[in-house]
Amino acid sequence: MSEVLYARAQMAYSLAFHIIFASVGIAMPLLMVIAEVLWLRTGDAEYLKLAKRWAKGTAVFFAVGAVSGTVLSFELGLLFPAFMEHAGPLVGLPFSLEGFAFFTEAIFLGIYLYGWDKVGRWVHVGAGLVVAASGALSAVFVTIVNAWMNAPTGFRVEDGKIVDIDPLRAMATPFALHEILHTLLAAYMATTLAGGAIHAWALLRARTSSFHRRALAISLAVTIPVSLAQPLVGHYAGQQIAVHQPMKLAALEGLEQTQPRAPLTVGPLEVPGLLSFMAFNDPDAVVKGLEEIPVQDRPHWIVRSSFQVMVGLGSLAAGYALFTLAVAVRRRRLPEGRLWLLTSIALGPAGVIAMEAGWVVTEVGRQPWTIYGVLRTADAATPVKDLWLPFAIFAAVYAVLGVVVGGVLVRQVRGTTDPPAEGG
Amino acid sequence: MLPELFAGVILAALVLYALLGGADFGGGVWDLLARGPRAADQRRVIERAIAPVWEANHVWLILAVVMLFTAFPPAFSAIAIDLHVPLVLMLVGIVLRGSAFVFRQYGDGGRASTERWGRVFAIASTVTPVVIGVTVGAITTGARRASGVPPSTLDLSWLGGFELLVGLFTLALFAFLAAAYLTVEAQTPELRDDFRARAIGASLSAGALAGAAALAAGPATTRFADRLTGSWWSLPLAGLTTAVALGALALLFTRRFGLARVVAGSQVVLVLLGWGAAQYPVLVAPDLTIASAAAPAATLEVVWPVLIAGSVLLFPSLYWMLRVFKAGQR
Repeated sequence: MSEVLYARAQMAYSLAFHIIFASVGIAMPLLMVIAEVLWLRTGDAEYLKLAKRWAKGTAVFFAVGAVSGTVLSFELGLLFPAFMEHAGPLVGLPFSLEGFAFFTEAIFLGIYLYGWDKVGRWVHVGAGLVVAASGALSAVFVTIVNAWMNAPTGFRVEDGKIVDIDPLRAMATPFALHEILHTLLAAYMATTLAGGAIHAWALLRARTSSFHRRALAISLAVTIPVSLAQPLVGHYAGQQIAVHQPMKLAALEGLEQTQPRAPLTVGPLEVPGLLSFMAFNDPDAVVKGLEEIPVQDRPHWIVRSSFQVMVGLGSLAAGYALFTLAVAVRRRRLPEGRLWLLTSIALGPAGVIAMEAGWVVTEVGRQPWTIYGVLRTADAATPVKDLWLPFAIFAAVYAVLGVVVGGVLVRQVRGTTDPPAEGG
Repeated sequence: MLPELFAGVILAALVLYALLGGADFGGGVWDLLARGPRAADQRRVIERAIAPVWEANHVWLILAVVMLFTAFPPAFSAIAIDLHVPLVLMLVGIVLRGSAFVFRQYGDGGRASTERWGRVFAIASTVTPVVIGVTVGAITTGARRASGVPPSTLDLSWLGGFELLVGLFTLALFAFLAAAYLTVEAQTPELRDDFRARAIGASLSAGALAGAAALAAGPATTRFADRLTGSWWSLPLAGLTTAVALGALALLFTRRFGLARVVAGSQVVLVLLGWGAAQYPVLVAPDLTIASAAAPAATLEVVWPVLIAGSVLLFPSLYWMLRVFKAGQR
């Protein structure tokens, strides 16, 4: 493996690892605050138990997310120093904002986790709300940085140098809106689908557990709207990509030739003009094909496969959300059949996998560029040699952490199912 | 002027990281060294002191890094290239320390698992400050950078005698801070005396290591050593730092722990200010200065208001957190 490939691979697995923990850190606080508010409103102690259980999970995921995020902030320089040298003055602004959002999140999470008896009840809920909001805000700012890498704005290139920089313009990159929405919804989807699956599994073992029924209901209250909104946001994302990164779109759809009335291929089916219509709201619009760029610059095949995985799983989740919503509206209660529970369990990993696949689409799809059209990844990578060593070290550390967190999660869940009626 | 302000912000973030995050690492050191009939109680005090605040304390480091790559991008990339290996080691330490701490607390894994993660937490807490100090030492000398050899992760030229001494000094300083703070957090007179003895021991070690590092600085980096010893402020600052260090010792001896905590913190502030003053105007030796590495004014001008607005939110929240968890003890 070449040095650049080691750098890319290390960055890739570091992000793939962190994104899971960051997502849970964004979505879980929302769930735990909802449970706590329900406890305060109804006085039902089971909601309190739920809030505390979810807070415990949040504590573990947030901590691992915080330290793996620290690794990333250094890895930007450790692996791609030239990128940071060029981009630092432009993306330093969103990173600074993210720093403060993260600070707020850490402070108020400390108060939430350890302040149950130290602050007033509604103050405690307020602290939880601040955690949920600042977590989402952190994601907004970090995602803006990625949006800028894909559609860089706020500067001019003169003799190979970045000049006339304007950090506010950089933050207003045309990719900001769709990347922010798509990422945030993905975080809520991934977390609540996985969490819901855990509670569905517990329900399958003990159908009458009101604890897990309530947990699943709260979780679904988030899953349903975000899963239904995600395809719409995805469509808008596609239209932005069509304008700003036509070669990524061509790679996603496997379009070789530039053509008007470009067809959309779904399995054996080919609908003429549909791709043109989806991309530009006009069936006669010209969509650019991969022939426009040299073969070595074309996106890797994994971009297209990942895109298909993401869209497939996203569609399944949306269908599941729609069905569940329909049943809930008609019968005024959640479905509870064995098949539905099994489906909920089966869809547990779908959100996480779709999110990772979407990440591959964005990032591998941006190659060979680090800053799209401005700085090539090969030129951004560090001159440091023997990168296999840090690659191996972090791979080992993350592998161990992943296994351990999995074990912790299993034990935490088992604590809620084994003795069916314990106190908490 | 603006670049100087940003350099000041980075130094301030590092000072706060040492005062708050440093003490959390120091707590882990005393977890590792917990001995005697009260070892379990010592560990409990340490855990309770760290648990609610360590994640917030840790963010100061992230803030320092973000400010560095925002305001001085070439300095960040130079450090990231030349000190790749110590930074990787530091990050591994940070990851293991934090993860092990929560696994110990929330792992629900029974005694064996709790003990195992406690051990990982303690060892990582002890090794990481050394690596942080070594990194600071290497930034100060710039030996790796000046060598001009293409860096490899297998080469060890970032590790010299001076760097190692700064590393050990950092460890002693963090351990001292933690022990001084823990004298206030401990709830029984016996435990308070345990941490009092540890604070005194760490303070004396830190003093000896500071002396050794100062002696080693001369051969390792003439520029830094000359500014440290030959500036108009050298004598007053050295005198003040020594007086404060002795004051902290005296307060510990006479068991005035509340005041000792404050004076111990001031001692660490003075040490870092001295380092910053001797380093000025260099960011990364030998060639990257505040002026030569500064980002364009357009960047500094928009980020500056963010820092002010952020601080207006941050400091009251931090104050509240510390009041909730650190007041009412003693």
